[in-house]
Amino acid sequence: MSFNLQDSFRKMNEGDVLLAYKGSITPDLITNVLEVIESKLDDINTVSAVKKKIYNVLVESLQNLFHHIDELPGQIKDEFDARFGVLVVSREGDLYRISTGNFVRKGKVKQLKDKIDKINSLTRDELKDMYKFVLNHQKLSSKGGGGLGLIDIAKKTGNRMEYSFLNYNKEFDFFNLNVFVSEPSN
Amino acid sequence: MESVIIEGTPKTPSVKFDAATGILEIKGRSIPENSIEFYKPLVDWLDKYSTDPVSQTVVNIHLEYFNTSSSKCILDVFKKLELIHKAKNDVVVNWYYEEDDEDMLEAGEDYESIIRIPFKMIEVED
Repeated sequence: MSFNLQDSFRKMNEGDVLLAYKGSITPDLITNVLEVIESKLDDINTVSAVKKKIYNVLVESLQNLFHHIDELPGQIKDEFDARFGVLVVSREGDLYRISTGNFVRKGKVKQLKDKIDKINSLTRDELKDMYKFVLNHQKLSSKGGGGLGLIDIAKKTGNRMEYSFLNYNKEFDFFNLNVFVSEPSN
Repeated sequence: MESVIIEGTPKTPSVKFDAATGILEIKGRSIPENSIEFYKPLVDWLDKYSTDPVSQTVVNIHLEYFNTSSSKCILDVFKKLELIHKAKNDVVVNWYYEEDDEDMLEAGEDYESIIRIPFKMIEVED
């Protein structure tokens, strides 16, 4: 399937949308988004543990975008903002969905797919062990990324991540990642 | 040795490291994009402090949120403290977590399982 921003954004905006953004992902934008979502979560009638999970997962999702967005070549640059990314936080029934999108070089797609598939296949205890192993053995990159974001998201949400890669051009795919925080059922 | 006093911001915690009393405190949120910038001076301070620590160092970690970038730097802080403890000095970590915040409790337990210093898990009200 090939990528069309309007279609993708529309699809990401399904459900009850708390927040939607498309444009440059910068540290200031992240600060602003977190402020907005925090005040929105204040108004929502759910337990504080769920709010904290949503906040935590949002931090990791946004910072994953920030650390991994590829510099776009000229032709895309004209059409999209520099450091272009998409974020939608929505609610469908008892699930909160945090959906992110960004361009990735095709050369990175397989590695990213394998990583998500691997994380999705692990049990909670295995995720905990993996988290501790990476925490203790992997150095931070110069940008501050530690390779722990996706593992942490999976560990905290307890839900499988969904993803798609849409063909944009010869060099780039558009990567859409959905993570879910569930309301406790009781 | 000079104390470290840093005010909190929306993305970084407040810090009080007092060499005279041996009470070290990190409190608030730690969610910067690049946590090395923030934590490097703290790790360097601990390096110096470890050459002449007081007999009991008490470390109070009271975080509301921290991101995975910070989690590595916090581990570096604990590794410095572990060296102080290894050199036959008293070190205790008080890990504060808000009630019902199981993720924060679990994070403390993860560190406890990696680092050889005594941890105390302390639940506080929201």
